[in-house]
Amino acid sequence: MDTYTKTAHLLRAEWLDRIMRVLIVAVASVALSIIFLIFIFTFKEAKDVFFDADTRHEVLPTLFSTTWQPVSDNPKYGIVPLLIGTLKTTLIAMVIAVPIGVLAALYTSCFAPAWLREVIKPAAEVLAGFPSVVIGFFALFVLADVLQALTHAEVRLNALVGGVAISLTAIPIIFTISEDALSAVPKSIQEASYGLGATRWETAFYITLPAAYPGIFAASLLGFGRAIGETLIVLMATGNAPISSWTLTDSVRTLTATIGAEMAEVVFGDPHYSVLFLISTVLFLSAFILNSVAEFYIKARLMKKFKGE
Amino acid sequence: MLTRKKFLGHFYTAITAFAALLIILIIAIILFDIFRGGLAKLSWEFLTSPPREGMTAGGIFPAIYGTFLLVILMSIVGLPFGLITAIYLSEYTTSQNRFARMVRFAVSNLASVPSIVFGLFGLGFFVQFVGAGLDSVLAPKDEVIWGKPALIWAAATLALLTLPVVIVAVEEALRSVPIEYREASHALGATKWQTIWHTVLPNAVSGILTGAILAVSRGAGEVAPLLFTGAAFFLPKLPNSLDDQFMHLGYHLYVMATQSVNVELTLPIQYATTLVLLFLTFVLNLTAILIRYRFRKKFAP
Repeated sequence: MDTYTKTAHLLRAEWLDRIMRVLIVAVASVALSIIFLIFIFTFKEAKDVFFDADTRHEVLPTLFSTTWQPVSDNPKYGIVPLLIGTLKTTLIAMVIAVPIGVLAALYTSCFAPAWLREVIKPAAEVLAGFPSVVIGFFALFVLADVLQALTHAEVRLNALVGGVAISLTAIPIIFTISEDALSAVPKSIQEASYGLGATRWETAFYITLPAAYPGIFAASLLGFGRAIGETLIVLMATGNAPISSWTLTDSVRTLTATIGAEMAEVVFGDPHYSVLFLISTVLFLSAFILNSVAEFYIKARLMKKFKGE
Repeated sequence: MLTRKKFLGHFYTAITAFAALLIILIIAIILFDIFRGGLAKLSWEFLTSPPREGMTAGGIFPAIYGTFLLVILMSIVGLPFGLITAIYLSEYTTSQNRFARMVRFAVSNLASVPSIVFGLFGLGFFVQFVGAGLDSVLAPKDEVIWGKPALIWAAATLALLTLPVVIVAVEEALRSVPIEYREASHALGATKWQTIWHTVLPNAVSGILTGAILAVSRGAGEVAPLLFTGAAFFLPKLPNSLDDQFMHLGYHLYVMATQSVNVELTLPIQYATTLVLLFLTFVLNLTAILIRYRFRKKFAP
């Protein structure tokens, strides 16, 4: 062994190994930094609202008013109607999507025969893959007419149309994550329930469902986050009028739709421009918070529960 | 008492079954409506000719071309990036490692950022920071080449948006390759990288493919990030350079659906455009899902 020397071939392999390790860790660090970059670069354009004296004087006095009129001689930047618009469409979407998503997940996980499970799960993935512009188109030309016939709403495009359409994008998210959570409930718990004489549906509703509660809660939060951030659907199907009302069949303008509709026409660096980036910062932070809470719930609660730690 | 319980059981089961069938029903209704509205207009000419007469006639070829170009560029930018990050998460670290946990947390948050925020980020970062920066170094004085919305910036924005999709799918694929394969490779004296390159990656090819297809499908359908980063409603000629603007199926549909003056005339075109876009994403998605189901079976115990 004393004459053993590494051949050139082996040396090269070792060097390549080292280089690749450095490269891979470097790329992973870049991936990590993107989320910070997004925050920095959206907030950078929004910061004038707080730190530039002229912009501050123009924006802050009206920022929490109920009038959104950014393009006028006397511009008003009241984001209250936009917040109400987002809340209205999002809440409608959640009221529809949470029960459907969770119940469908319960059926798939506890009742469905195996072959049907193999149909429903890919189907949900397919629905999740529908581009939101396609769902927006469907809402604009089909759903709007159906809902107007049902509700006799004065305006054809309103919060209800937007909310129902958004629920179509939230359902697959809530379904998929809830189904994962329900399927992760240990079989032993269910068998114990059967052993005590409970029927299949009693076990599903009273044992499995409560046990998967943290996962279902997280699923709902993620669906909620998706609904808040939905842009194309609300841009196409809600009428885009910034009205502060809680009537479900009034037109609304959401935070996302405001950015989508107005960003192309603003002057760079102008107060209106800064406010749109401020709205974007708010959207970013709400998504970040919702996702972090959901992660915490999935990881900390669910895992502890089932691993018995 | 027993009959009431039985009735309740049927009732509750029926409600959950109804919810599950509703998901399939929703897909069926949307597909049916769009096929019914779009099939008549769909023709070879529609797919291969540009719009004419103020979008009321002709086809959507430039939009199809732009969409393909965009997702190809997006894949070139985004796939290697996602693949390497997934290799890091799966091969180079453990779930206890703090840095790896931070990367994972960042990726999961990236997936939850609204797509319109990506659009603004693309504008603020790629167009006005990177692009304008390039101009100040490369371009002749006062000329704007890169510091404006363009194909490359839209593709880069989409690459970041689809990054979590790639990472999650590829990591799942890499993890499903049995640990024994790696041990056997190490035992033969292979380095870590040799093991990854010659053993792990070839066995995870179909999973990696799934990630790529899912990302392309997602990227092809997203419109919000393109609104300010390079999509244009009408261009007289096809894009032939990275700094050109481009037409896009989804954006085309959005503008026609919301700003069309003569809806009766353009509605068939809109339906046919939707059909093409939906077909594209639908076929891609279904392929990815099927590959993944087969792949999961391959290493299943």
